[in-house]
Amino acid sequence: MSNHVNLERRRQAIYGWLLLSPAALMLSIFAFYPSVATFWSSLFTRNTRRKPSEFIGTENYADLFADPTFWLVVKNNLFYAGITIPVSIAIALAMALWANSKIPLRGFVRTAYFTPTVLPMIAAANLWLFFYTPGLGVLDQIGSLFGLPSVNWLGQPETALWAIIIVTIWKEAGFFMIFYLAALQTIPEDLKEAADIEGASRWTYTRRIVLPLLMPTTLFIMVNAMINSVKLIDHLFILTKGGPSDASKLILYYIWEMAFAFFDAPHAAAMTILVLAVLCIVAAIQFLYLDRRTHYQ
Amino acid sequence: MIAEPFVVLKDVAKRWNGQLGVEDISLDIDEGSFVALLGPSGCGKSTSLRLLAGLELPDEGSIWIQGRDVTTSAASDRNLSMVFQSYALFPHLSVAENVIFGLKVRRVPRTERAAKLANALQITGLEGLENRKPAELSGGQRQRVALARAIVAGQKLCLMDEPLSNLDAKLRNSVRKDIKKLQRDLGITVVYVTHDQTEAMSMADKVVLMKDGRIQQVGSPDDLYNRPANTFVAEFVGAPPMALIESHIVDGVQPGLTLGLRAEKISIVPSGEGRLSCRVSEAEFLGSETLIGLEHEGAVGLTVMRPGLSMLPVGEHIDITFNDQDLHMFNEAGERITGH
Repeated sequence: MSNHVNLERRRQAIYGWLLLSPAALMLSIFAFYPSVATFWSSLFTRNTRRKPSEFIGTENYADLFADPTFWLVVKNNLFYAGITIPVSIAIALAMALWANSKIPLRGFVRTAYFTPTVLPMIAAANLWLFFYTPGLGVLDQIGSLFGLPSVNWLGQPETALWAIIIVTIWKEAGFFMIFYLAALQTIPEDLKEAADIEGASRWTYTRRIVLPLLMPTTLFIMVNAMINSVKLIDHLFILTKGGPSDASKLILYYIWEMAFAFFDAPHAAAMTILVLAVLCIVAAIQFLYLDRRTHYQ
Repeated sequence: MIAEPFVVLKDVAKRWNGQLGVEDISLDIDEGSFVALLGPSGCGKSTSLRLLAGLELPDEGSIWIQGRDVTTSAASDRNLSMVFQSYALFPHLSVAENVIFGLKVRRVPRTERAAKLANALQITGLEGLENRKPAELSGGQRQRVALARAIVAGQKLCLMDEPLSNLDAKLRNSVRKDIKKLQRDLGITVVYVTHDQTEAMSMADKVVLMKDGRIQQVGSPDDLYNRPANTFVAEFVGAPPMALIESHIVDGVQPGLTLGLRAEKISIVPSGEGRLSCRVSEAEFLGSETLIGLEHEGAVGLTVMRPGLSMLPVGEHIDITFNDQDLHMFNEAGERITGH
């Protein structure tokens, strides 16, 4: 009897491992191994013809912490994340609530909101380049109608990061809206009716019923928005290249620059490890803390 | 003081782009009564309830509650509560939060809220479950939470939309009694939608039977059972339903009519002595009695009730008889001929 059970258990275990192995293999090759290798190479000096690579421990990290550009880029990225995440989530929610109500041309509205998502970021950035171009750009053309002076949105440190932020929000809000829209459609109609009979206003209903029920979606979107705020830098290549004077440079762009423009792989590796560590910590906080306060159906 | 009905519906109609809604709904509901809206699915009973609740607005007619015209009032201004078929509990809120949701919205002070909550939970037997989420409750418990939410505010009028249809048969019987007791103890007026005639007949003071968006008959359960207004009512009410017989096959009755006959009024007699000779088509044992289904070319739904286990072989021919005074008569249009 117990022989049978053992055999069955072993067979289940083999199935389990077989099913896991493709993903485990791919993740090992393309995620786990590179992470470990990156960490390893961040502990060595740069390998040049005259000076072979040697172990220096945390010196690369110390260099970074002493680098003012690194701190500027960190500050830029925090600001960028601090604006794009809440604003794109708020806009996505507002658009979803609107596109979910009984309005004429609902299909058109939904499609229109979703369009920026299907555009590749490079194409979107080229589009916005045209909006922002001083003199020729749409923004300046509109401004000149009201007699406003021409503004070089991408060319001055005060506005460059904001210009990047607006492109990101425009690109992401529609994508997040789709998730909210799908979640809204799982909320049964009679909850609204029950709230109506109890005399709840539309606002009360949204705040006390809809938003809590959307929490799992919000959590998911927040994690995604956070990751995107670090990883989505395609538009920087088209719009500002991190300039002027590093005013719009984000951390991943700086890593890319460090590795492939300055050919300083160890410092780029160190920076990558720092980013990974921060992302892990934030994701852990989001899931451990917010998860407990979220209702899953 | 004039004893005005508590709720009045006057010639109410609701149409959905040519699709079937409800037409000519006129109804008076007395304070403290239990009214059941009964009918097959799609008959407009739920629509009528939603019109009364203010979840839909009528295209024609007017609705009065407590002497006030509420035809176009919002649901929240009608001073009523509602139990939904799906219960419509808020899944992320605890039992207590669900029950006092409306009190919070109406800004009832905290102490009063706690007292009302305790009272409602005690009446519905939900003490100890205050902090559970709806997902952690059984179907019957969820149903009671919905009831507690409906009675906590002390509204005089409570609407119930098939509140028992998600419960299993055994639970349904006990909850039926609970609801009836609740209604009597609290003295509230209940309008209750159901497709189950047993529920309607056993609970209601007044049954409103509907079909295709129109009221067929309004009356006490006794009226519906013993004096059906038309053949639809005759066939809908009662288990087994009333048999309908073409009058030309029965001797001594004016031809061209439809005759209605209840199963318990039919008796089996020895061959050659009966008024109709039929073939046994089925036999159904129900415990205290056996239902014998009969076939006759001029009749539908002929059934005989025999006490205890008393099966008859299918295909056997038997003779039946009945008294003239037990016959219900309907004209060609299916309407009851009064005076009989």
